[in-house]
Amino acid sequence: MLKMITTDVVIVGAGGAGLRAAIAIAETNADLSIALLSKVYPMRSHTVAAEGGAAGVAKDNDSLDNHFNDTVSGGDWLCDQDAVDLFVKEAPRELTQMEHWGCPWSREPDGHVAVRPFGGMKVERTWYAADKTGFHMLHTLFQTSLKYPAIERYDEFYSTDLLVVDGQCRGVTALEMRTGQMHVFRAKAVIIATGGAGRIFPFTTNGAIKTGDGMAMAYRAGVALKDMEFVQYHPTGLPGTGILITEGSRGEGGILVNKDGYRYLQDYDLGPPDPWPRKKAMELGPRDRLSQAFWHEQKKGRTIDTPHGDVVHLDLRHLGEKRIDERLPMVRDLATSYIGVDPVDAPIPVRPVVHYTMGGIDTDIDAKTSLKGLFAAGECACVSINGANRLGSNSLTELLVFGKRAGLGAAALAMAESGHADATALREQAAAGDQVGRLFQTAGGGESIVGLRREMNATMEAGAGIYRTEDSLSESCAVMNDLRRRYADIALEDKSNVYNTDLVQALELGAMIDVAGAVIVSALARKESRGSHQRLDYVARDDAAYLKHSLAHYEPDSDPRIDYRDVVITRSAPGARVYGGDQK
Amino acid sequence: MTERHVQLEILRYDPETDEVPSFQTYRVPCQEDWVVLDAINYVKDEMDRSLSYRWSCHMAVCGSCGMMINGEPMLSCKAFVRDLPDKIRIEPLANFPIERDLVVVMDDFMDKLSSVKPYLVARRDKPVDDGEHLQLPAQLKKFKQYTLCINCTLCYSACPQYAHDETFVGPAALALAHRYNLDSRDVGRAARADVVASNDGIWECSFVGACSDVCPHGVDPAAAIQQTKIASTLDYFIEPLTPGRKG
Repeated sequence: MLKMITTDVVIVGAGGAGLRAAIAIAETNADLSIALLSKVYPMRSHTVAAEGGAAGVAKDNDSLDNHFNDTVSGGDWLCDQDAVDLFVKEAPRELTQMEHWGCPWSREPDGHVAVRPFGGMKVERTWYAADKTGFHMLHTLFQTSLKYPAIERYDEFYSTDLLVVDGQCRGVTALEMRTGQMHVFRAKAVIIATGGAGRIFPFTTNGAIKTGDGMAMAYRAGVALKDMEFVQYHPTGLPGTGILITEGSRGEGGILVNKDGYRYLQDYDLGPPDPWPRKKAMELGPRDRLSQAFWHEQKKGRTIDTPHGDVVHLDLRHLGEKRIDERLPMVRDLATSYIGVDPVDAPIPVRPVVHYTMGGIDTDIDAKTSLKGLFAAGECACVSINGANRLGSNSLTELLVFGKRAGLGAAALAMAESGHADATALREQAAAGDQVGRLFQTAGGGESIVGLRREMNATMEAGAGIYRTEDSLSESCAVMNDLRRRYADIALEDKSNVYNTDLVQALELGAMIDVAGAVIVSALARKESRGSHQRLDYVARDDAAYLKHSLAHYEPDSDPRIDYRDVVITRSAPGARVYGGDQK
Repeated sequence: MTERHVQLEILRYDPETDEVPSFQTYRVPCQEDWVVLDAINYVKDEMDRSLSYRWSCHMAVCGSCGMMINGEPMLSCKAFVRDLPDKIRIEPLANFPIERDLVVVMDDFMDKLSSVKPYLVARRDKPVDDGEHLQLPAQLKKFKQYTLCINCTLCYSACPQYAHDETFVGPAALALAHRYNLDSRDVGRAARADVVASNDGIWECSFVGACSDVCPHGVDPAAAIQQTKIASTLDYFIEPLTPGRKG
């Protein structure tokens, strides 16, 4: 019944990180076989939706130290500094490699790659391809991957579990969505590159596929989820849909105003407003601070009421039609199409929206996890270079730098391993943990997938939004415990074997409930405010107690167990995050 | 917000139970800013868990959610209900086999996409440490529009030639080949010609231009194919006259 496929390396997820890993393996040793699994076709992966750009030092006016300092202070000193040093050093080379693979980076008049400013950056260093950077990177990587015959794609295979033998990851189980056939992929190394989990929240820029599947797989297999309390709200999403309006809009000079037309960010230690544009100030402050400023404006009644909630205005009109069309064509198209506002003529209504999970599968600087044989890279992983708040445009570069490192590590392990795990043992383990079979057989207890998903979404927003308290988090914790119990009582209404999305949504919901629980409990345990984790009851950063990564360990029948690991500080002692002022 | 009821007639097909596809009708209360995908998600969440379709980004960039909407190939996340009549007929993309409901089999498209060698073949193997290739904005502009294809396959559904003969390489794949052929950094045109200029390639196109009309990102595959025809014709005449010339 189970179909067995034997390969050297399995990669779960075929977005930016998974594709970069696959190419790294194929270039290391053409004889290694690579199975690249994804629940969607590679071009559908959510890397595609990244807009603004990818950070890497490119010009003489910048330095690796600048990129390091911006990243570490942007992350409110929760980044591991050895990892950030490595990241900023490898970033330019990886972005140049993308150029060699054909990525259509926007150019200076002299033919060199152009860069633009982004939030929280001292010097402009964001490489961009108009405002479709993620789209171009993803397609460039996907198309480049077609050169390598060793990369065998398994499109629309939903991975369900890791297979672990004698403390070593030896493969995965996966559902072929077209047929309903369960597979065992037997491998010498496994890489998870499944992206983030924004869909645990109701209002997010994340596509439907971003349900934390890979995070949950690793978590259930005993690998800790690190720093899960840190969830990034992007300050500028379209009301209603949550469609992202890139930070590049502000990098190009866009401003944010409240209902009085006032640039309110000057009231939150980000001013003075002029001269503008100015790096690391006002609208080019970091995302956490901008989203928090919105929350305060809302409390003061200075936001604008709309049928889809309160908004502020992102005004690009002064950039002019020519610049908007050249640098921000997608923003113009999205705003015009989805809310009927042409930014050439009118300001765009925007509000903060869940965008990115800083936390993820605990990995080291080489993308290795605590489970031998298992690697992770991209948004699903936490190295950590993002700390308590990711700097805009570091994530696309992270896919490349750490996707490649995961590939190199997996290739080295696969070459060193003499053989595969015993097939019978893997089959037995796969059969014993068969969630799909269980879902098909159970009559359920009357719980609905949609109902539980809505309750989870609602409690995540209520309990773990931009500002949190002991009360809000405790209540959400109780709700999540209840949802975890009730999940056992869901039943499928669709019993077909062919492209059964009722089944896939049930599996995704299971993953989301596990991940959401880790977010809540980690947030409850961190009694301080740092970066994107803001507690109204513990308003200050507390380095004495919490200059630490939280590690959530899975417990099947209760809250996760939380413990901590010291942050790696090499050369930047924790300091105040200073934005605004007169600094240039 | 005002609500409007529309009638969705959705083509249903499960190969495990159905001999042939048939329409099923759902009456859906729609908000005025909804796209067709929102209405379909409503059906899935509130009325019928068994409906299968692909979607993800809801912002017209992932390319998953192409469907026939009242006979036209469209991205359902960019087809606004307010622009459509009260009866909306939704079918899987034309010219592809149905896998289930609105999900079509993508194998042929994926094979065609890779057949044109859609990756950069560099002039010389420049080490990455030597930095980027220079490319002037004008050189970028020459191929930029052909990089915008999201692989949604609407153009294959619109293409009368592909409908008639599925061996035709087709608009998106040929436009992508053209994108690399036009790139100042690329020298792979000769390598791509095997497929592009074959009997199943550019010469099959009858230049109706439907592909360009339906493209949600303004890519013009029809122009790519015509330009490639001209370039290939020149190759045909010039190559014998210039020994040693490299394509």
